[in-house]
Amino acid sequence: MSVISPTNPARTTWRVAEVVEVRDETPRVRTLKLHVPDWPGHKPGQHVDVRLTDEEGLQAQRSYSIATPPEEKMISLAVERLEDGEVSPYLAREVRVGDRFELRGPIGGYFVWTVECGGPLVLIGGGSGVVPLVSMLRHRAIQKATMPAKLIYSARRYEELIFRDEIDRLAASDPNLEVAYTLTREQPAGWQGGTKRLDKESLKELVPAPNVNPQIFVCGPTGLVEATARLLVEIGHDRGRIRTERFGPTSA
Amino acid sequence: MAESPISRGFRARPRLEAHRHRIPPGQHLVTDFPVLSAGPTPAVDLARWRFSLRDGEQMLGEWSWDAFNALPQTEIKTDIHCVTTWSKFDTVWRGVTVDDLLRAVGRDGPPAPYVMMHSIGGYTTNLPSADIVDGKAMVATQFDNKPLDPEHGWPARLVVPHLYFWKSAKWISGLRFMPTNEPGFWEELGYHEYGDPWKEQRYVGD
Repeated sequence: MSVISPTNPARTTWRVAEVVEVRDETPRVRTLKLHVPDWPGHKPGQHVDVRLTDEEGLQAQRSYSIATPPEEKMISLAVERLEDGEVSPYLAREVRVGDRFELRGPIGGYFVWTVECGGPLVLIGGGSGVVPLVSMLRHRAIQKATMPAKLIYSARRYEELIFRDEIDRLAASDPNLEVAYTLTREQPAGWQGGTKRLDKESLKELVPAPNVNPQIFVCGPTGLVEATARLLVEIGHDRGRIRTERFGPTSA
Repeated sequence: MAESPISRGFRARPRLEAHRHRIPPGQHLVTDFPVLSAGPTPAVDLARWRFSLRDGEQMLGEWSWDAFNALPQTEIKTDIHCVTTWSKFDTVWRGVTVDDLLRAVGRDGPPAPYVMMHSIGGYTTNLPSADIVDGKAMVATQFDNKPLDPEHGWPARLVVPHLYFWKSAKWISGLRFMPTNEPGFWEELGYHEYGDPWKEQRYVGD
């Protein structure tokens, strides 16, 4: 396995983040734009730990991927609301502009891509697993990078595609970026994209061949990541070039 | 940092008094078994599987799957704690303790003060040797009386339950004792070199 050098070898301190904007992306996903004093910067793909404290002093801590590219001064988290969750219903519904909570990061140095890493870049996301991948795409666009890139994005329904308009705009303005959606449960009338879960056949068709050595990032629910990573290895992709990040149902 | 600000409108789940001494700071209890790995789950051929014990470059012992399973077996029931903040109670593991592995090569203790765990696929993680002996760690081949699931480390994983679970290397293929401490995979990437959940040693400097 090759390793990117640590972004942040120093101590990762807790900082108090202030919510400066909230935005509903889908019925269940909300973006929180945060002002974090002295934010040390991050690389696309990294995440943060969030710590909430209630009036009795009880705390809860969870990890969320950063959606924004390093070039933006404020960071955004896109949080999916899990109904039985302890933290996500608060972040994705309760929180208002001006609220504050603790945050530390950036965390994780392996599921990371910057334009210096080159391409071809293949990003495969399931559900809210697209969030760190969008940070990579935004970074790539700001840097006007031209290496071939492909986003393969699986969701259950059209309205659950997070950042859909922005992804479409990025793809429309960039001849080197291709986007393929698949909607596994329900498709709108006239849907042109994929309609089933990613399988060997579709991955063979969508992912550049092993001999062009793509760098592959897969993020999403465990089932999707396990199956996709296994199929990519079966197709012949070098396992050292497949990086994975998994969300269990307990990331609530 | 000084005082944590109160998150307006947030109510944490009540913590049971009985759990207070079982759930380390910043952790929450889960009942499922989340999966976290940096790459694809390796495909393993049991006929070619080997587990090795090394002191630096020197081979102390090597076992095939059958030979490994013929070693004394131990069962433990223990709580586990993942750095991503979930904890799980009463997990049942069966396998070979590191003490029994050392005994099988004629040693009554570790040959060097530090150890690197090596896994199929290239994953590594480091520890002081003292943390894997005296009943503190095993190379487990079963979870809940069944073979491990592939994504949880089949056919064998280390289990060091008193430390964050990234130390419990999945798909383990060997232990290499070493005279000085060296960082493993996540330890190179900003995670804590030791990882005591009770001290919340998640990242460098914690």
